[in-house]
Amino acid sequence: MSSVSESLPPPTTATGPVAWVRDKLFSSPLNTVLTLLSVWLLLMTLPPLVEWGLINAHFTAATSAECRASPGACWAFIGQKYRFILFGIYPYDEQWRPLLAAIILTSLIVVSCMRRFWKPRLVGIWAVGLTLVGILMWGGVFGLTYVENTNWGGLPLTLILATFGVAFAFPLGVLLALGRRSRMPAIKTICVVYIELIRGVPLISLLFMSSVMLPLFLPEGFTIDKLLRAQIAIIMFAAAYIAEVVRGGLQAIPKGQYEGADSLGLSYWQKMGLVILPQALKIVIPPMVSLFIAVFKDTSLVVIIGIFDLMNATKTSLVDPAWRGFSIEAYLFISAIYFVFCYSMSKYSQQLEKQLATGHKR
Amino acid sequence: MKILKTAAAAAVFVLAAQGAYAGATFDAVKAKGYVQCGVNTGLGGFSAPDDKGVWKGLDVDMCRAVAAAMFGDAGKFRLTPTTPQQRFTALQSGEIDILTRNTTQTLARDASLGLIGAGVNYYDGQGFIVTKKLGVKSAKELNGATVCVQPGTTTELNLADFFRANKMTFKPVVIEKMDEVVGAYASGRCDAYTTDISGLAATRATQLPNPDDHIILPEVISKEPLGPMVRQGDDQWLVLVRWALFAMIEAEELGVTSANVDEMLKSENPNIKRLLGVTPGMGKNLGVDEKWAYNIIKQVGNYGESFERNVGKGSPLKLERGVNALWTQGGLMYAWPVR
Repeated sequence: MSSVSESLPPPTTATGPVAWVRDKLFSSPLNTVLTLLSVWLLLMTLPPLVEWGLINAHFTAATSAECRASPGACWAFIGQKYRFILFGIYPYDEQWRPLLAAIILTSLIVVSCMRRFWKPRLVGIWAVGLTLVGILMWGGVFGLTYVENTNWGGLPLTLILATFGVAFAFPLGVLLALGRRSRMPAIKTICVVYIELIRGVPLISLLFMSSVMLPLFLPEGFTIDKLLRAQIAIIMFAAAYIAEVVRGGLQAIPKGQYEGADSLGLSYWQKMGLVILPQALKIVIPPMVSLFIAVFKDTSLVVIIGIFDLMNATKTSLVDPAWRGFSIEAYLFISAIYFVFCYSMSKYSQQLEKQLATGHKR
Repeated sequence: MKILKTAAAAAVFVLAAQGAYAGATFDAVKAKGYVQCGVNTGLGGFSAPDDKGVWKGLDVDMCRAVAAAMFGDAGKFRLTPTTPQQRFTALQSGEIDILTRNTTQTLARDASLGLIGAGVNYYDGQGFIVTKKLGVKSAKELNGATVCVQPGTTTELNLADFFRANKMTFKPVVIEKMDEVVGAYASGRCDAYTTDISGLAATRATQLPNPDDHIILPEVISKEPLGPMVRQGDDQWLVLVRWALFAMIEAEELGVTSANVDEMLKSENPNIKRLLGVTPGMGKNLGVDEKWAYNIIKQVGNYGESFERNVGKGSPLKLERGVNALWTQGGLMYAWPVR
């Protein structure tokens, strides 16, 4: 019998902070140089940034003159304007409504992201949620005053444009991708022409078309709502890109899967819905999410047709003669908002990839 | 090729059809119960939402004046923010009833767009601002200067034309964003900054650290008469918009303000009596209530009040009346007689 000797701790050079530093930061001459360079860069940029953003900054100021007296950031500007930036020209006293609508929309998206809610009743949840959002934004019932959608603005509008853009573009895009791979020449041609036409022009030109050209071709006095026109342009644009991403996924599925489904006697839609698309869509999660992020940010292009989304509301808040010249603070503020949304999407997609990984991953 | 031709023909037909549309604006506006005005998406003093999202400015007041004349209630209007590219289409297509968007009236716009100017509510013009240190008293002394300018066809073009006409050279520094171009000028990267004089004055008052160190040179190198536009074809509507503006100017000339308009109802001055509808007739001619001008003055104010409140002494812009003073005070604001 031999007693088990107590195990010795590893040598201090292999664990602990010292080892970590040596391993991660100074493992080779090149890494040493890079580390030192990074430290130098941080030393050069961080102190002035902290000085500008915190030490010299004004957090409260009654007028812009107070802010201008010192060289720091003027966060008082945000304090003065945040409601305009977040809600645009929505009637001031009613702004709890878009706030609530934005919260409902965000919760709907979060709920849809959880796999345990991936059941048919999710459709019902959305129907109820969107009805609530509509009632809150438009009003006109239950004693809420009516607010035209030309007065909507800020974050809720950005969320609405992005959510509906993605929600409608996704099924349309999947159909286009299937159509492009169809053996029926008419359907295939229509899909190819649509996709290539839309991908061949920038979103800005689509928005321009919808807001400048379209009204001229419609009969006099008949106008389609400006917001709806922009929304349709965004949907059409996103659908073309989604179609190509999905097509990439479809092409990655081995032929055997198609043949296997056929040999089971599944119809076309059963084959696609039960066998091919679930696999194809899983493969394209990363490019799909970057597309969604792009759509979310692209909604800011409605600025050029005079719709007050988050970006345009910010730009407009900057023209107030009493508070001119604080664009850095304003843009930092909305950058933070955009970042929170985009980063959450990105994080979620990574998580989803892990959950759905079933061995395809190399 | 044939398809292209057909498309072009269709486009011409649709555009031409706009002109044929006639007479309906006045009645349509009356029927729907509000005036739809196209405004700037944000230009301080002319049309911009405040902290609470309420639209204010000289152009917004113009819209309110028309609403007051039409409905007796200056609140019966809705605004459509428009970009420079969109504004004429919005008016041509009937999306808006009036364009009150600091739009320069020019021959081409009056004659070829199917639109027509209804008057001028602000006379602007392009000028230069320089630092006093530069020691320049006239724009003609700017030979060889570096000039900050925002891209945009007319501003850049006027600048080049002015220097060419005076046989001088200049170095343009072209920057798109307003804040950046002002920053470039303030930091001394340019000797001069050029844009419309209202913009220069606003910049000096609100964005430059020491306003007194800068002067706006006397030369005005372009004419920019800004005013409301309507569609061609409904003359009754054009006349109403024009006279809503004239009523504000006339009221200032006659000394009628929003504060004293009720007392002025008792005035013996026949001009005031006609303007305020005490002597009836004018409202009937326009097809609106006899109190049309009274309602404008009571609810919006006369031109001077609107000017001071939005861009003048009572605003952060602190613009001088200058050429926008009444003709009796050496300016260009001159209303046709109300009779």
